Amino acid sequence: MIVDAIRHLGGYTSRFIDELGRIAVFGSQTTVAAVTPPARVRAFVDQVYNLGVLSLVIICVSGLAVGMVLGLQGYNTLVRFGAEESLGAVVGLSLIRELGPVFTALLTTGRAGSATTAEIGTMVATEQLDGLRMMSISPIHLIVAPKALAMIAVMPLLSALFIVFGLAGGYVVGVWVMGLDGGTYVSSLESAVVFSDDVLGSLLKALVFGVLVGLIATYRGYTSAPTSAGVSRATTSTVVVASVTVLIFDYFITALWGV
Amino acid sequence: MYRNATRDFVVGLFVLAGLGAVAYLSFSVGGLSLGSNGGLQLYATFDQIGGLKPRAKVEVSGVRVGEVETIGLDKDLRARVELNLEKDLKLPIDSTASIVTSGLLGDQYISLQLGGEEDVLKSGEEITFTESAVILERLIGQFIHSTDVGEAEK
Repeated sequence: MIVDAIRHLGGYTSRFIDELGRIAVFGSQTTVAAVTPPARVRAFVDQVYNLGVLSLVIICVSGLAVGMVLGLQGYNTLVRFGAEESLGAVVGLSLIRELGPVFTALLTTGRAGSATTAEIGTMVATEQLDGLRMMSISPIHLIVAPKALAMIAVMPLLSALFIVFGLAGGYVVGVWVMGLDGGTYVSSLESAVVFSDDVLGSLLKALVFGVLVGLIATYRGYTSAPTSAGVSRATTSTVVVASVTVLIFDYFITALWGV
Repeated sequence: MYRNATRDFVVGLFVLAGLGAVAYLSFSVGGLSLGSNGGLQLYATFDQIGGLKPRAKVEVSGVRVGEVETIGLDKDLRARVELNLEKDLKLPIDSTASIVTSGLLGDQYISLQLGGEEDVLKSGEEITFTESAVILERLIGQFIHSTDVGEAEK
């Protein structure tokens, strides 16, 4: 009984470490492919369109909604202490340091990461990647690297847009609905946020999340079983694994670098 | 691989909008300035700065004229504050910088009282007259202490 349980635990652990090793190898192959000529500019731009432009609506609407909720909750809490002038600082700091990058990463995982996995997984299932290999074209170079790079490039931009829309949402609720002074909101926001501490950290977080989501989504697709059930499992696993990884890394980035 | 001009245009717009958002967060919200922005750079040394923070506002007669750039300790372990003010601000050399609080518990900022001299401060110079922050707890402590002593003497 106990021996079995320990054996299971050992099995899980070694499989987990195996998986980490494979992701690391896959990541280094992708990195090498990304800097090997010829540069796949065309594929990269197409992926920026798929992952970035098509995620714009969900990012902007969510940003606005999150900002409005923050404004409402923040105002109702702050007004008890007579500190409603600090609403701009509360909304701004929570969005920039935490909610912007994390929400963007989670939304992008659901919207674009799953699609990336499904696309690559289908290519595996229909032997398109094998076809490329037959023509001695590296699938990592043509398919994987542009997608991963586009995810990395798009994440900070989407996160910045999310934050700007969130700030606007907080302004709408604080100033138009709750009757706070507009100048107070903006000056509280501007005096609380420091570029080197908050904005730079926010962009760094978004970049790290971009690397994580890009790597996990492409890896899951690339290694999915060549069946429709396999593609479906890979897609689900992308969303789950990428979301959890983003949240765990978020804690460690905050704990280590204080952003 | 086909070329799609409309799609490229949309991608370009998206990248521009994203970079615009980053720039807004960096320069306007985050207060980033590239190199020296040609503003008036002044220094002031205080015994006690209380809760003054970088990017706190600096004002003259209630009008915002700049902000606190950096805060550090000088070699005598007094707080040395670097102020970044509007370029064409003409401050007499005997002006006073004092740290004040907006409201009872509000943010602390620097208020400049103008002096009477003809000469004006130039960039890189030091405001010699300063007034430190008032620490509310210390004031209350002093008050309680002084009333205790007063009653004991009676």
